[in-house]
Amino acid sequence: MQHSKNDIWVGLFVLLGGAALVFLALQSANLLQLNFRSGYVITARFDNIGGLKPKAAVRSAGVVVGRVQSISFDDKTYQARVALEIEKRYAFPKDSSLKILTSGLLGDQYIGIEPGAEEDNLADGSMVTNTQSAVVLENLIGQFLYGKAEQGAAPAGGGGKK
Amino acid sequence: MSWWRPSHVGYAVRSKLADLGMGARLFVRLVGLFGTAMRRFGLVRDQVHFLGNYSLSIIAMSGLFVGFVLALQGYNVLQLYGSANSLGLVVTLGLVRELGPVVTALLFAGRAGTSLTAEIGLMRAGEQLSAMEMMAVDPVQRILAPRFWGGVIAMPLLAAVFSAVGVIGGWLVGVVLIGVDGGAFWGQMQSSVDVWKDVGNGVVKSVVFGVAVTFIAVLQGYMAKPTPEGVSRATTRTVVMASLTVLGLDFVLTALMFSI
Repeated sequence: MQHSKNDIWVGLFVLLGGAALVFLALQSANLLQLNFRSGYVITARFDNIGGLKPKAAVRSAGVVVGRVQSISFDDKTYQARVALEIEKRYAFPKDSSLKILTSGLLGDQYIGIEPGAEEDNLADGSMVTNTQSAVVLENLIGQFLYGKAEQGAAPAGGGGKK
Repeated sequence: MSWWRPSHVGYAVRSKLADLGMGARLFVRLVGLFGTAMRRFGLVRDQVHFLGNYSLSIIAMSGLFVGFVLALQGYNVLQLYGSANSLGLVVTLGLVRELGPVVTALLFAGRAGTSLTAEIGLMRAGEQLSAMEMMAVDPVQRILAPRFWGGVIAMPLLAAVFSAVGVIGGWLVGVVLIGVDGGAFWGQMQSSVDVWKDVGNGVVKSVVFGVAVTFIAVLQGYMAKPTPEGVSRATTRTVVMASLTVLGLDFVLTALMFSI
């Protein structure tokens, strides 16, 4: 095939397009780090996960140590089964506890992991039993109103007894 | 007024179906000519040069300004909720998923599609295509296929350039001009943008749009009436049809890709 002066410009154009793709992949999506991010998977059961979503962060002391891999419903125990992928370089004791927390007042929900005291560490496939469900705002308001009503009713009731 | 007469309705439906069949057959032929076109790569290269390189400046400028505007608007809304740090994420997702492929396709239809239609339509009007057929040169293979594949190659590259320049534009306005924290700008982006789900699907979209826009341009040129008016109508139809097709396809693709 004969060469023409267009060759160099088309070549530059294709290289520029390729460079743009590489830039998007590396700089915005962080391809390299994703590849290295392999870890072990632990599962946990929650009574209520609130608004937790797959890919939500797992944090310990505020530092992201893993991601929520999948969320499913267990119709034997009627609980949510959550699989968490924890980065390999972090190890947590077997009796660590999990909590569903919210970042900020209206922020996303994430899982906080609080280390326990046992010497054995969580390994791939282990199950965390010590969990605390998400705080559901409606339940909280319900409890608050109920408590208020009790308080308001108590003196009246006492008065009735006298 | 006689449009309701059965014979007219029948004729209208039949000619529409015939057009559709012509289009579908041409599309299948063009796709099948991939190997032939690549073997004579010089022709495709010249088309990539014509459609791609010459569109580069308009695409890069548009990308830059779209990035600027996204960052300004995004910042205005995000800072209301105290989450100006996710500006990078908003700008990048908007560009990579939607604006990059769609705006590039619309500009590509206007910048490159029209010139393809006009060129092929004028060849038809000047009976150059008939002359080629007389010389036993297949115009679909010699004229249409290199243009089609050149456009299909150029479009995803242009969309990638658009998105990348847009992200840099967003960074310029967000970080340099407004003063959002640079680490948070890139960090939030990197933690939430997925290579395959976001960047990859954007590339798939731009390939689909490239095929759609270039094919519509080539088809309109090939089917244009061989008169000055016919060519001008075909050029207009290219822009209208390509734009609507891109927007419609974008909705379908987004529904397929990003709904759970």
